[in-house]
Amino acid sequence: MAGILVVAEAAGDGVSASSLELLGAAQQLSSQGGGAVSAFVAGQAGANALLQHGAATVYVGTNAALASNMAEVLQPAVQAAIEQSGADIVLIAQSSLGRDLAPALAFANKTGAAMDCVELKINGGRLRVTRAAFGGNARAEHTWKSPLQIATVKGKSFDAPEAGAGGGETKTIDAAGTARITVLGISKAESTGIKLEDAAVVVAGGRGLGDGAAFKMLEDLAGTMPAGAVGASRAACDLGWYPPSQQVGLTGKTVSPNLYIAVAISGASQHMAGMAGSKNIVAINKDPDANMVKVSKFAIIDDFKKVVPALIEEIKKLG
Amino acid sequence: MNIIVCVKQIPDPETPAASFKVDEAAKKVIPAQGIAPVVNPYDPQATEAALRLKEADGGGKVTVISLGPDSARDAIKHALAMGADEGVLLNDPAFGDIDNFQTANALAKAIEKLGGADLVLMGRASADWDMGVVPTGVGQALNVPVVTVAKAIEKGGAGLKVERVLDDGFQSVEVALPAVVSVSNEFGEPRYPQLRQIMMAAKKTVQVWGAADLGLGADEVGAANRAMPLEALYVPKVESNVEIIEGDTPEEKAAVLAQKLRAAKLV
Repeated sequence: MAGILVVAEAAGDGVSASSLELLGAAQQLSSQGGGAVSAFVAGQAGANALLQHGAATVYVGTNAALASNMAEVLQPAVQAAIEQSGADIVLIAQSSLGRDLAPALAFANKTGAAMDCVELKINGGRLRVTRAAFGGNARAEHTWKSPLQIATVKGKSFDAPEAGAGGGETKTIDAAGTARITVLGISKAESTGIKLEDAAVVVAGGRGLGDGAAFKMLEDLAGTMPAGAVGASRAACDLGWYPPSQQVGLTGKTVSPNLYIAVAISGASQHMAGMAGSKNIVAINKDPDANMVKVSKFAIIDDFKKVVPALIEEIKKLG
Repeated sequence: MNIIVCVKQIPDPETPAASFKVDEAAKKVIPAQGIAPVVNPYDPQATEAALRLKEADGGGKVTVISLGPDSARDAIKHALAMGADEGVLLNDPAFGDIDNFQTANALAKAIEKLGGADLVLMGRASADWDMGVVPTGVGQALNVPVVTVAKAIEKGGAGLKVERVLDDGFQSVEVALPAVVSVSNEFGEPRYPQLRQIMMAAKKTVQVWGAADLGLGADEVGAANRAMPLEALYVPKVESNVEIIEGDTPEEKAAVLAQKLRAAKLV
C-alpha cells in the first residue's frame, strides 16, 4: 500500500513550522498519486495541528522517553508508524533530529535517505527528488531502488497547507528505543535581537568585508529596519568574524526574508543555497560580475564602507 | 585509545562557480582545470579531534581511512602529516560512484578488519554531496552509538562527553565507547602540518584494500547496486534582471537605492 508518512516534530503546543511544510510537500505528492498522507509526532500535543493541516491519520508516540528528541530513541516509534501506515514515502525535516533520524531509518531498512531535498515529485508511481550538491553548484536528482523512500526536506521549500477542520484519526504507538547517548543539557545559541529565520530583512556580510569589525556597520543597517537581522556567509563565520549560529547557507540557516541585503558577498553557491528564496535581493559589491549581483533586484557597485553608512543615513531620513 | 578517522578527498569547494562543469550524460563533475582536489574541509577537524584525544590520553593510535581513487592517498597523507599513525586506502574500481549506504558499509568493514576501534571520528558531512549520513551508517553497521555534529569532545563520564551543535543551540551528551562521532567546523582550527611532519608522513604505512579484501561481494558494490540511483546531475541556470544603481558617488547611489527601496515598500 502506497502512502506518505510525515515525521513531525513537536514544538510548543503544536508542531514545528517545518513539520507543517512537510505536510504541504506530502499533499503535493498525494495529489500526484503518492497515496494517503499520515503523520507521526511524539506527544499528543502536536496531533491536532497535524490533523487540522490535512493529515488523514496521525500516529502519536506516547512513550515519555521520546521527549529526549534523540534519533536512536525515536527510531523504533517511527518504524512502527511506517509499518502501520504502510507508507512507502517518509518525509522528515532537515533539522538536527532529521539529520540523524533519516539515515538511521534508511540504513536499518536497507534503503537510502536523500537529504535536504528542495523538490519532490511522483514519477511513475515512485518518488523522485532534487537536491543541491557540490555546494549548490549542481542539482542532483535521485530515485530509490528499495520500496521504502526516505527524504529530508530543506526548510522553506514548501508552503504549509491552510488549516482546516481536520477530521482524521489518531492512533497511538508506545515504542521507544534504548538511549545509548545520555543528554546532559541543552543551551540556546546566543543571538542578539530577532531570530534570523523570522527576520523580514536580513543584512548579510561575507569575506569581502575584510574584517569582523565591519559587521557592526551591518548591525546598524539592520537596526534601521523593524525585524532586521544580520547574517553571515560561511567564509565569514569560518574566519571567526560572526557567530556560526548566524551563518546563512548550505551548511547554515535557510532564510527567505522580504529583503536580503548582501554586502561584500560574491554569491558562492554555498551561500546562495541558504538565501535564494529571498523575495528581494540587494547586492552591495565592488565586483559587477559577482554572482550575487546577477541574482539581485538592485545592486550598487561600489565600496561598502562608503555605501552602507550613507544608506543608513538615507533610510533614517525616510523615517 | 584506539581511534580511526575517516577522511575523503573532494573537488575544491572554493572552485569559482564559473569553473564548475558537469558532464550531464555521465552524471559526473568534470574536474576543473588546474584546481586540485582537496581534503573535505570538515575532515582535518576530525583528525585534530583524534590527535587531541590521543595526546590527552598519553597513548593510543590514530589510523586514517579513506575510500576513493589513487589520488585520495593525498587526503590520507595530510592526516598522517598532522600526526596520525598509519593509513588505509580503500581503492577498487567497484567503489566508483557508489552511494553513501555502500560507502558506510565499506568503511565499517575496513574498521572491523582493523580490529575495531574505541572511537571512529569523521567530518560532519562531505562538502561535495553534502548528505552527512555516512557517520550514522557506519555506526549502525558496527552497532555502536553515533553522536553527530560535535564541536567539542573530551574523555569523561561513561566514555566521552561531547558538545553538539543543534539548529538553535548546543547540546551536551555523554556516550560510552565504542562510538562514532562526527565533527563540525565549530570544533576549531586543525593543526597545520609542518615540513618535517610532511616528510615523516611519507615514511608511514598506507595499506591498500579492495572490495575483496573487505569481503564485499559484487552485489554490494558498484554504481549498479546503489540504494539511491543518481538520475540526473546538472548546473542550475541563473537568469539576471538586476538594476544597477547609477550615481557619481557612493553616497548618491545609496540615496537612490533608499528611494527605490521605499518606492517598493521594502524599507
